[in-house]
Amino acid sequence: MSSRVPLVDYLALEPEPHLVAHECVSCGARYFDRRNGCANCFGTEFHDVDVATTGEVRAFTIVAYAAPGIETPFVAAVVDCEGTSVRANLINVTPDPEHVSLGMKVRLATNSVGTDAAGTEAIGFGFEPISN
Amino acid sequence: MSDDVWILGITMTKFGKRPDEDTIDLAAEAVHAALADGGVTMADMGILAAGNLMGGAGGIGQALQKQVGQTGIPVYNVANACATGATALRTAIMAIKAGECDYGLAVGVEKLSGVGLLAGGSRAADRDEWTPHGRYGAVAGVDGRIGTETMPGVFAQVGMEYGHKYGGTSFELFARISEKNHSHSTLNPLAAYSKKMSLDEIMNDIMIAYPNTRPMCSANCDGAAAAVVVSDAKLKTLSLEQQRRAVKVSASVLTTDPWQEACQILPDVNTLTRNAAKQAYEAAGIGPEDLDLVELHDCFATAELVHYDNLMLCEEGGAVDLFESGATWRDGSMPVNVSGGLESKGHPISATGIANIWEVCHHLRGEAGPRQIENAKVGLAHVIGLGSACGVHILERAA
Repeated sequence: MSSRVPLVDYLALEPEPHLVAHECVSCGARYFDRRNGCANCFGTEFHDVDVATTGEVRAFTIVAYAAPGIETPFVAAVVDCEGTSVRANLINVTPDPEHVSLGMKVRLATNSVGTDAAGTEAIGFGFEPISN
Repeated sequence: MSDDVWILGITMTKFGKRPDEDTIDLAAEAVHAALADGGVTMADMGILAAGNLMGGAGGIGQALQKQVGQTGIPVYNVANACATGATALRTAIMAIKAGECDYGLAVGVEKLSGVGLLAGGSRAADRDEWTPHGRYGAVAGVDGRIGTETMPGVFAQVGMEYGHKYGGTSFELFARISEKNHSHSTLNPLAAYSKKMSLDEIMNDIMIAYPNTRPMCSANCDGAAAAVVVSDAKLKTLSLEQQRRAVKVSASVLTTDPWQEACQILPDVNTLTRNAAKQAYEAAGIGPEDLDLVELHDCFATAELVHYDNLMLCEEGGAVDLFESGATWRDGSMPVNVSGGLESKGHPISATGIANIWEVCHHLRGEAGPRQIENAKVGLAHVIGLGSACGVHILERAA
């Protein structure tokens, strides 16, 4: 059986795919990158917290012009996941202004980034519309 | 004697494609013109602050001195993204305020024609083995997979976020802001692009990152700008003509972004701009209603809208109404970017933060010719560099 790895370390694949933030123990500020300290309160202690897998699109753009190798157009967005902002692409949606809107309700979904020489598949994430 | 600092001489070069000149040529052209404009020479200067981002780690200031005058003065090579020019000017102002010298020289220069995307312009090819790297433990490049790193895309989201919060925005609204700036540019012979563009032309041009089409993005180009600043005491010893043309620096403010939820997800260009504006109005003892013109950082049409609000040119949430009222056109009550803005004048990054001050000074001195804002007494110049840094200067003409 071939193995899987997440595209980034803050994407947890098990038991169900979700994002994990580093939360400052003293002020509650949340971050996704490896931390040296808290930018808000200067604390240095963090614990991991699961981020809600549903949210609302607070900002988006449809990128038509990007670096070579990046498939365009794609939708880049900021998703408000119950108070935690997440940067992600919107996926499983037609990338045009008729199909993407501010305030749209979305949920986390995964996609395949590709398979490396050893047969390991990298799993990425995005948010897809919650259809009514 | 007060501790006021004055702009004695200031200039910007023609912005655009300057293939026959290198970075030093452009910087020297700006410096020579600024010194001549102020009626002084390199021998008078007590400090040089110089900004250039694309030229690498070599000291632009020292390389420039070797062409315009090696007088042994301290040189500060500064870098602060798109706020680099404003930072250089503020460095010179601070040296005068600190009492270290009577005259300071600031210069910003960039060769940017044909550069393309400044961030997110390339993504490394995927490796043949998924191994975690960097602060996110990423096994492959994330640009385009987890949002966008491109500036047109980042600032598109900044404008869309404003629309989500307050409503009233649309692709057409943002395009009309660009239509205004391109219309203004027709009166500016130093602009990289000075062609009027119709709303249809703007909306049907190449889409870069919705809702920003190509003419709604700042133009990469070559150019330089330079300024000579002088202490109040020294100015009083100069000719009446020099004193008449001098422009008072009523506020010189630099801020960075205080932490806000989401500011490390999408850059928060709002809080630090509002903070800088507040500090500047307080230092100058004037309010936004006193401004005769504003040059703000329209790196993208979507950015201009949010800065109406951040600079308090309108009530909070009122940026769309302000624009719809026509106030920000050159014949309106709050003319914004009468130079044509970065979308048409061009944005040679390090030069921008001095060039926008030159534009304001040009009007305050009554020397702006056909694009003169009549009887302009007070103006504001704003720049923001992602990372972030925000520079706000308030300028007043000599009494």
